[in-house]
Amino acid sequence: MGKLSLFGPFSAIKFLFRKPKTLRFPFEQKETAVRYRGFHLNDWNTCTGCGNCADICPNEAIIMEEHPEIETTPGEKNERPRLDYGRCCFCGLCVDICPAGSLRLSRDYLHIHFDNATFTVTPGDDSTDDKVFLPEDQYSILKASLVHRRKDYDGFSPDINFSLFDPDRVQMPEIPPSERKMSFIEQITGYNHEEAVREAERCLECGLCEDACPAHMKISDYIGAIYDGRPDESLRKIYEDNPIPSICGRLCMKHCEDACSLRLRGESLAIRWLKRYTADTINNFKETLEQQPASPTGRKVAIVGAGPGGLSSAYFLRLMGYDVVVFDELSGGGGMIRVGPPRYRLPEESIDKDVAYIASLGVEFRFNTRIGRDMEFEELLAEYDAVYIGIGNTVSRSTGVQNSEKCLLALDYLEQNKTDRKTVVTSSIIVIGGGNVAMDVARESLRLQNIQYPGRDTIVNTVSLEDWDELPATEEEINEAREEGIIFNPAWGPREVLLDESGNIRGLLCMKVKSVFDDEGRFSPTFYEDRNMVIEGTMIIEAIGQGPDFSFIPKKLMEKIEFTERRKIRVDENGMTTLPGVFAGGDIVNINLDAVTAIADAKIASEGINTWLSG
Amino acid sequence: MRELELYFGPQHLGMVGNFSITLQVEGDRILKATANPGYLHRGFEKLMEGRSWIKNFPMVCRINVIEPDSMEMVYSMAVEKLAGLEVPERAQFIRTIYLELARVGSHLFGLWAYASMLGFDTVAQWAMYHRDLILDLFEELTGGRVYHIYIWPGGVRRDFPDGFKDRIVKTLHSIGGCVPDYDSTFFNNRLFYERAGNIGKVSRAEALEMGGTGQVLRATGMPYDIRRIEPYAAYDKVPWNVPTREDGDAFSRIWVVRDEMIESVHMIFKLLDEMPGGEVYNRIPNPFKWRIPKGEAYVRCESSRGELGLYLVSNGGKNPYRVHFRTPSYPHGLTVLEKALVGANISDVGNIMISLYVVAPEIDR
Repeated sequence: MGKLSLFGPFSAIKFLFRKPKTLRFPFEQKETAVRYRGFHLNDWNTCTGCGNCADICPNEAIIMEEHPEIETTPGEKNERPRLDYGRCCFCGLCVDICPAGSLRLSRDYLHIHFDNATFTVTPGDDSTDDKVFLPEDQYSILKASLVHRRKDYDGFSPDINFSLFDPDRVQMPEIPPSERKMSFIEQITGYNHEEAVREAERCLECGLCEDACPAHMKISDYIGAIYDGRPDESLRKIYEDNPIPSICGRLCMKHCEDACSLRLRGESLAIRWLKRYTADTINNFKETLEQQPASPTGRKVAIVGAGPGGLSSAYFLRLMGYDVVVFDELSGGGGMIRVGPPRYRLPEESIDKDVAYIASLGVEFRFNTRIGRDMEFEELLAEYDAVYIGIGNTVSRSTGVQNSEKCLLALDYLEQNKTDRKTVVTSSIIVIGGGNVAMDVARESLRLQNIQYPGRDTIVNTVSLEDWDELPATEEEINEAREEGIIFNPAWGPREVLLDESGNIRGLLCMKVKSVFDDEGRFSPTFYEDRNMVIEGTMIIEAIGQGPDFSFIPKKLMEKIEFTERRKIRVDENGMTTLPGVFAGGDIVNINLDAVTAIADAKIASEGINTWLSG
Repeated sequence: MRELELYFGPQHLGMVGNFSITLQVEGDRILKATANPGYLHRGFEKLMEGRSWIKNFPMVCRINVIEPDSMEMVYSMAVEKLAGLEVPERAQFIRTIYLELARVGSHLFGLWAYASMLGFDTVAQWAMYHRDLILDLFEELTGGRVYHIYIWPGGVRRDFPDGFKDRIVKTLHSIGGCVPDYDSTFFNNRLFYERAGNIGKVSRAEALEMGGTGQVLRATGMPYDIRRIEPYAAYDKVPWNVPTREDGDAFSRIWVVRDEMIESVHMIFKLLDEMPGGEVYNRIPNPFKWRIPKGEAYVRCESSRGELGLYLVSNGGKNPYRVHFRTPSYPHGLTVLEKALVGANISDVGNIMISLYVVAPEIDR
């Protein structure tokens, strides 16, 4: 403390001769900081309408408003946030939770307007709205408002390092490629409890996945139950829409994950693996689910095919109280799921677990029974009140090139390898095709080679018409196949199977592909006839696609079944074909060739059968 | 002489904040003072019970308008303690620098209120201007000028922008360069002493008995400071002093405030030198699902007005089960003030009240 003085204060007189510090607003203005938290901006092109901003808002200042002009696609709703600035406290939590990073705050904060209705506003941004957002030379502070804003004036912006959601998924433990390619050991080992809870915690519960799932499973609920440490509740939620969780938890095509809002700036939630966690954690489905079929209706339904669609419709119909009999030519349930996916992706025990539960509800399975061979289709029609056809695509197509009859067909090959009499492979194999079945065939071949020729050099080549960016197989499958050492030859088309003197395969003559699809996007490959290549190999498996086998349906009935222009069976909104009482679903009806679509079809058809039989 | 009951506030020029005092006066002398709070009750503590852990974070700061930052700090500390969250070291340094900036800003604001109360308008204007320079720093760091919403559980919300350190130093130097002017015009002004010396005296024993902390206690010679007693953030990483004075009157309290500001600025310079690199935020769990294990925590920090405490209880749910703030203005504005006013002149009511640094929104919450 200095000396107290009465005269000291007069030193302040010098400030009389200094320039004032006060800004003469609005003629003098101060620019707001780069991080300023002002009015909202929202990029409508990246916003998905997930509604997380509305959920996090502490003041309920944000509501989601529907915009019918926006086309809803999987992963995008037609809703956009609407702000009430009478409530907003500019905390910016909405910015930090926004998975798309579309919502941010700008540096302007002044709102001058005669109309108080302008206080609530659906924010856009300079990229989408030229009327509100003006370049600096056209902007005037005297008109500054929510309808007269400055362009390029972003303030507080999303930063993934400070986001309120976790962009990184919990890594799924798996067997490394060098080890897994030596045997049929299941590649994915599955989450343990702690990992599953940690992954389930990432779910923002926005529900975009549920809209994208063909079966509209209650994903947020069953994942929420996992987070709460209640896999039993999770299983009950799953079984509301999907009765084959052990199967789907392994090889679902996961449309949900493609729609997950977390994928936009990070990795989507591992929804499929979480479903698998639930299905694997619970040993006894019957005790957990405690489901009882409704009182018997006295009506009987026959189901042709015990694939995902057949199993699901059996389940749903049985719960409604119908007597259900499922016919399948295979020795167990699962249909093409049993034939196709190799053990390292889907062990048979998992299929059997799901099938056994459905059987325990009182569904009768007649395996090793092929309709058309062991029993006539017309008998079914006569004996049962309704028939559901869920046969799937069971016949492999051939390329039909010269000597192609020497090649093996994918499904025959995969099916045989599921038995004890596994194919004796050669050390050099060529797989024709670039889809998921081709990947299965190639990776299975590699394993058979490693088992049958231990320590020897072996090679598996794949040839596909499609180039890298067009390959129909999932990215995951392609990457795993490459990690295991499969050689890819994309954009080459088979021309001729080359034989040696004794008539054995010695290679495949290929020609370079010019384009796979025509201008309208239809499959119509063209080639450079002069650019050829020979791939050497002593065994060729064709995996270029599958088709259905309707030979079990008598001709006169077949004529009554209508097909669409894409050669799919035409069904009405109840899943009924043009043949009364005959319902269909799955691969023979849908363009999407996957299990969950078949489940969705089965659900529709089950409801349809119920309406048909009770009405 | 006739006794009168006099209502002082809430609408009164000498009253800062929505607060009132009922005075029993005899002439100009106060015989008895009864604090009369409740005009600013917003029910924050109850409101917080109905909101998730993260939704409370933009709200806690609003309890105290003058210095929202230490509110954010106690809330984050309590949540971190209950949830077992680690805070990166760099974030601790940033928090400390940020809190000290807030202390300087808050003291300058207090100085504005105090100086204008006494009629030292020139000094009041300076203090307001210098506070604004600090708000500019906050605006750059956090995006907000008053409610920064910056310290959140797990660390801080954003790292320093490029060149921010230099701008802190520059701003603090420009404020520090005016300390001689402040001194000659105000702190060493004989008139200031005449108005504040021996006014609103609170002895150490009284202060202790009534729960006085902060300047109230330090002005009686007791170096009581939570930052020293129970160091949090990075207060134990650099050396610093606890300024005290002996007389316990308004004059001493304001001098403690002055010395504290200077000490804070020095502390910021040291912290800036020692600041480590690295992360500033450990991600909290998904806010929509976050449940904090059952438990209770009491944490405290030294706000610019004294000891600020938070008692937080979780019953394992998505919201707090019980929240209670121990705000320094509560004892200062109710018990200490009632005591200090007895025997004072009516014209000194505002003087004493502001020297005790009573912030009405803290009392009511």
